[in-house]
Amino acid sequence: MILQNLGIVYALLGAALAVFLAGSGSAIGVGIAGRAAAGVVTEDPSKFAKVLIMQLLPGTQGIYGLLVGFITLSKVGLLGGGAAELDVQTGLLILSACLPIAVAGLISAIAQGKTAAASIGIVAKKPEQFGKAMLFPAMVETYAILALLISILAVSAIQV
Amino acid sequence: MSDLEYTYAVARIRSKEVSLFSAATIDQLMACKTHESCLQFLQEKGWGDTDTPMDAELILTREREKTWEVIRELVTDMSVFDVLDYPNAFHNLKAAIKEVCTEGTVPNIFYKDTKPSGEEILEAIRERDFSRLPSYMSEAAAEAFETLLHTRDGQLCDVIVDKAALDAIGAAGRSAKDEIIRNYAESTVAVADIKIAVRAQKTAKSLEFMKRAMAECDTLSVDALAHAALSGMDAIREYLNGTDYAEGAEALAESPSAFERWCDNMIIKTIRPQKYNSFSVGPVVAYALARENEIKTVRIILSGKLNGLSDDSIRERVREMYV
Repeated sequence: MILQNLGIVYALLGAALAVFLAGSGSAIGVGIAGRAAAGVVTEDPSKFAKVLIMQLLPGTQGIYGLLVGFITLSKVGLLGGGAAELDVQTGLLILSACLPIAVAGLISAIAQGKTAAASIGIVAKKPEQFGKAMLFPAMVETYAILALLISILAVSAIQV
Repeated sequence: MSDLEYTYAVARIRSKEVSLFSAATIDQLMACKTHESCLQFLQEKGWGDTDTPMDAELILTREREKTWEVIRELVTDMSVFDVLDYPNAFHNLKAAIKEVCTEGTVPNIFYKDTKPSGEEILEAIRERDFSRLPSYMSEAAAEAFETLLHTRDGQLCDVIVDKAALDAIGAAGRSAKDEIIRNYAESTVAVADIKIAVRAQKTAKSLEFMKRAMAECDTLSVDALAHAALSGMDAIREYLNGTDYAEGAEALAESPSAFERWCDNMIIKTIRPQKYNSFSVGPVVAYALARENEIKTVRIILSGKLNGLSDDSIRERVREMYV
């Protein structure tokens, strides 16, 4: 009986990890960049719009995690009210499919937050270089997108 | 505090760095014809407050206060900055010992905002209670006080206190976990040792005197430097050429004021990498030192203008800027 239900538990754990880890990474990343943004705005409130955009960059990983979480829940039928009957193997497959965005989302969001804070330093000193400053944290985003892609492809490919 | 805890502080410092004087701003200040027009220029740049009188010393004092007001607002653990405070604290120790030994009272001889304050040091010296002073200060205070009292040799008293200050800076640097403090302490002690060697060579001091005055550091051999100083200025330059301070040898060959300028520039070179550091207390410490350097440079220009020095001789004394 317990083994029969474990499949859906693993699938739900995968969705939870995608949302929890990627979301936590984004919260930390946005927090780090937010502190730097607050520092700049304290001295020069006219730079608010520019530093706000920088602060939001590490927030995307949380959205990616949420997206994968939604797809997973929809896949296993939890959103429609009738959960599918999953064997343990399928459940573990779904859990594995969620891990790329969970782990890469967590790490890349923190790294992006630190890079955004450094780029906010560029905006503080040379606001005309905003475009270039944006590119450095945006580069980190690449790896979150790669992880998102694999997670979506993998979750979609699993037959339930 | 972890390095990330300073993210807000560093971002604010980055914004503040925009208003630090660059070499171009210093050139503009130099271009002012008179002392008064220099003060006018400083006021236009926002130096002093709106109610600060047009007095060089009042403006510079107010600027120094502004710097420390910002830093105190940004940093909760001010112990990181203790090492920057040591030179002023030990100056106060010298002043207090001399005041007690001469039994006179001289107003305004203490630097403000030191730990311990000038008044506390004076009280401890008056009561011969050296244990009330911090451990890095108490032994030297007792020795310097006894020396001055019995020999009336003010220079020897200064040597004892200065050596204790260098030892305290060196020890604080070695035990610091922040790289900037370690580098600052090492540069400060090494440059002070080189200065001692140069001055001792010029005044033909003995090897014993030099060893008594110089403090140990990692990038210089006190023994080799002192022996080089005994042999002459060329030997000092030759020794420095083989160390991290080879540029100091060139400055020595140029002129005494070029050497003094190099000594101050060394500190700015040590802290300059902090311009590219986005976390940790490093940029905040660097800003404090950069502001001190800026105020010192402005003071040099103002006193040069006041005393009618030529632009060339003022320029020779102008320090490198942080930004």
